[in-house]
Amino acid sequence: MKAQEVTDIIRAIGKKIEEEKDFLTELDNVIGDGDHGINMARGFQTVLTKLDSLATDDIGNILKTTGMALVSTVGGASGPLYGTAFMKAGALMAGKTDMSVDDFLACLDAAVEGVKMRGRSTQGEKTMLDAMIPALEAMRQAKEEGLKTAEILLKGTQAAEAGVEYTKTIIATKGRASYLGERSIGHQDPGATSFTDMLDTVRLCVSR
Amino acid sequence: MKKLINAIDQVENQMVTGMAKAYPQYLRKLDCGNVVVRADKKEGKVALISGGGSGHEPAHGGYVGTGMLDAAVAGAVFTSPTPDQIYEGIKAIATDKGVLMVIKNYTGDVMNFEMAREMAEMEGIKVDQVVVNDDVAVDNSLYTVGRRGVAGTVFVHKIAGALAETGADLEDVKQIAEDVITNVRTMGMAIRPCTVPAAGVPGFELGDDEMEVGIGIHGEPGTHRETLKSADEIVDMLLDKILADIDYSGSEVAVMINGSGATPLMELFILNNRVADVLAEKGIKVYRTFVGEYMTSLEMEGFSISLLRLNDRMKELLDAHADTPAFKA
Repeated sequence: MKAQEVTDIIRAIGKKIEEEKDFLTELDNVIGDGDHGINMARGFQTVLTKLDSLATDDIGNILKTTGMALVSTVGGASGPLYGTAFMKAGALMAGKTDMSVDDFLACLDAAVEGVKMRGRSTQGEKTMLDAMIPALEAMRQAKEEGLKTAEILLKGTQAAEAGVEYTKTIIATKGRASYLGERSIGHQDPGATSFTDMLDTVRLCVSR
Repeated sequence: MKKLINAIDQVENQMVTGMAKAYPQYLRKLDCGNVVVRADKKEGKVALISGGGSGHEPAHGGYVGTGMLDAAVAGAVFTSPTPDQIYEGIKAIATDKGVLMVIKNYTGDVMNFEMAREMAEMEGIKVDQVVVNDDVAVDNSLYTVGRRGVAGTVFVHKIAGALAETGADLEDVKQIAEDVITNVRTMGMAIRPCTVPAAGVPGFELGDDEMEVGIGIHGEPGTHRETLKSADEIVDMLLDKILADIDYSGSEVAVMINGSGATPLMELFILNNRVADVLAEKGIKVYRTFVGEYMTSLEMEGFSISLLRLNDRMKELLDAHADTPAFKA
């Protein structure tokens, strides 16, 4: 995958987040403070503007620019978390003009570590990690089994979706949802949902 | 949604600009964003910075001035400000005595302030932080991110700000801020929710005979819902929760009855009437009482009670000269 395709995918993610804005906000209203979709949409609007004026074939630069734009416009917890995720991936891809499936998995791995560090969080706390980690594991396994890129991404998206379903069954122990205690059960995590939207967008773009 | 605004995406910017225009003798807005700093930068003192989402006015911009904060950073409504904005605030106020960040304990606030701190430290600025967590509605257990920071934060601004004004060192200013945090507890409730402009709908819905107990300051639901009771019964319930967390008996306290934004002063005084009586009954001596809007949640109808246990030093700092748009002593 070349720089142009990476940029196109990020644009598609921005479009997807805009489409899902109200739904994500609605999810956040129930267990958080009702701004996840609004904040993410505002962030990706800025990302798209920045990408417009970024002429580069350095994929690391594209991912870093995306992360910095998210950090400086999203706010809340999602800004530092998604921002850190993209920036960590960007650091890994610095100077590279081509992205392989292995690179993509390494980026996601770096993103997971970044989110864990920034959020002092781990799996099972009803956060975006509950979609990210299973997705990463499923895609690694699919890669080992020799599946094609589109199939690998399908496995990843399915695992992320299952992760979102899993967040319905557990109590939040991180973020604002943790204040609700048992009342958070039955509701899916907005961050896990937005991550799944992003991965599904990557899958659709690559499969096309 | 019915609000006196122009455009949803201009709410924060126009609010902060309007605040700076109202109080040019106290505040200056930075061009780079929704950051206000003291109009007259004072060297040779620890600089205090706080902030959080917008919608809590007069917090935090209203506390920028002599004897309290040196800068306040406003994020989007109920959303933490971003690291670049906090960083600009830190840079604008930094002195060789260092900078203390007063953060309310929310996942997003802590992360954004810490990222800003990392950026400032790379520039050689000395930065330390305290995290306020006065809200007893949330259990401070391994299974939550800990108690939230709410109205008690204003006491941290006042007391740590007073000490900073004397030219005390960063370690001492941080210590007194920690002392306030250790001794302050808050509990709140609401009878009507608020609407975040960008969301357009209330954060939760309440029936005419219902109240939401254990409410935070971000329009989110509280810990539980019950049938509406009388003011006195509500005060008793909130105080029980606070006093179960810290035994204030025999000590002197500062009391804050904080309106959430749309609660008439009449009701706040009715509430304080009971608070004062209950504290007297329990042998808790009230040193100072603050009734009004200190840390609001847009147009939410509700209130919180904060109690701060005082020692002689804290009493002196609480009474020390302060001159800011929203707090004078």
